Amino acid sequence: MPVVVKRIIFFVALILIWHGIFLLGFWPDSMIPSPFTVAETIYAGLADMTLVYDIIASFRHLLIGLSISLVIGTLLGVLLAKVKTADETLGTMILALQSVPSIVWVPLAIIWFGFTEASIIFVVIIGGTFVMTMNMRIGIKNVAPIYLKAARTMGSTGMDLFLKVVVPASIPHAVTGVRLAWAFSWRALMAGEMLSTGPGLGYTLSYASDFNNMSLVIGIIIIIGVIGSIVDQLVFQRIENKVLKRWGMEEAA
Amino acid sequence: MYLDINNISKSFQKKDEQPLQALKNINLEINEGEFISLLGPSGCGKSTLLSMIAGLSNPSSGSVSLENKEVTEPGPDKSMVFQKPALFPWMSVKENVTFPLRKQLSKKKQEQAAADYLKMVHLSQFAENYPHELSGGMQQRVAIARALAMDSGLLLMDEPFGALDEQTRQVLQDEVEKIWLDTKKTIVFVTHSIREAIKLSDRVIIMSARPGTIISDFKVNVERPRKQQDMAALEEDVMAILKTEIENVMEEELQYAGSR
Repeated sequence: MPVVVKRIIFFVALILIWHGIFLLGFWPDSMIPSPFTVAETIYAGLADMTLVYDIIASFRHLLIGLSISLVIGTLLGVLLAKVKTADETLGTMILALQSVPSIVWVPLAIIWFGFTEASIIFVVIIGGTFVMTMNMRIGIKNVAPIYLKAARTMGSTGMDLFLKVVVPASIPHAVTGVRLAWAFSWRALMAGEMLSTGPGLGYTLSYASDFNNMSLVIGIIIIIGVIGSIVDQLVFQRIENKVLKRWGMEEAA
Repeated sequence: MYLDINNISKSFQKKDEQPLQALKNINLEINEGEFISLLGPSGCGKSTLLSMIAGLSNPSSGSVSLENKEVTEPGPDKSMVFQKPALFPWMSVKENVTFPLRKQLSKKKQEQAAADYLKMVHLSQFAENYPHELSGGMQQRVAIARALAMDSGLLLMDEPFGALDEQTRQVLQDEVEKIWLDTKKTIVFVTHSIREAIKLSDRVIIMSARPGTIISDFKVNVERPRKQQDMAALEEDVMAILKTEIENVMEEELQYAGSR
């Protein structure tokens, strides 16, 4: 049976079970809405563009934050890989920071930047930076010594060796870093937006919760999950597979 | 003297361990245009010796001079082929071959050089492919083309066919021999295959292990292309020289294993 068919059957069954639970009527509609009501809510939101604006706003926050975090992460990663002392000091701190959940930064962001977009973007940047740093660091540290030896016998040294050999050789790790940074940023974005004054998917989610609009809450959770998995599978996994194949690391993947 | 290896010793010092002497008092003179093989059991330091000729590592004492200039670092005057192809996977075959030429030649001349050297290793139609699309043998030919493209007088080869199957190996041996006859480069070739050493070399330098020393400088005076029946007797001679050596190594390893 093809994978697509299996998935369709799975989701249809899931929706039917959900609808069955709804029909049993143990809980009020405001706690367990029907899947069809949720679908209608999503449709209405898309039709009157409110959800579309939210999605656009969320993506704008994400793109700004993620781009900045990738630049900072790459530079920090190179620094840690190249300067031993930085690795031994700053490196430990970044490892610690990496284990702090991004929602923890929201109160701090609000004190610094208030209920502004800057707060959200700050949280997104923090969300993506450290994982990018660690992957870039590993990528540069793990360049196969044979590439360096071969390049040196061909007269490549210093900056040329770094830019023409070390950097391209570390791209598979960098791509994984970008993918993870996206995933972390996406989560951080939702945390940041939920405590913001909108617009954005996270804001509308907490707004819907405040007004007890359960079908919108579930609708937005579904949208967040769907966007997350679509971007991951259609964009990043494809790029990653392509790169791993080109770099001859297919088996290792 | 073209390449002069003057009383080289090399030890490796690991932390909290006895220093390991890899090479001891190696003296070797190599003439321009000679095909030399370094042959010996694993652990005899033949690859270490080659990497010092390449300038990738420095001897603990003694020196290597190429055309009367001491070798201290790798450079374009000596090209190297490794056991693994070591091609850059993010570059096409052509870009790999022109990598050492980027700075010296115009784009047009680089194209020409890549075309010439890829033709020499029979890979013209794969110029635009990427390394992962090629078989191991083909990748190693690209590595040879890349080394040739540097157009250095000295070509160093570190067990270049060690990872290949027997048939590919023989084809590539023939190709290297032909390239050597055509280009008149000096080749220093590391191998642990007696047959390969005798088939290709003017001189086979036989080494012993722990510490690595030269035990014989074996001249191969057989007309090329060499035929199997002409080489059989020589193979046995070399085998005899190596036999005691290999037995010693085996015994030492067994003792070491027994003492643990």
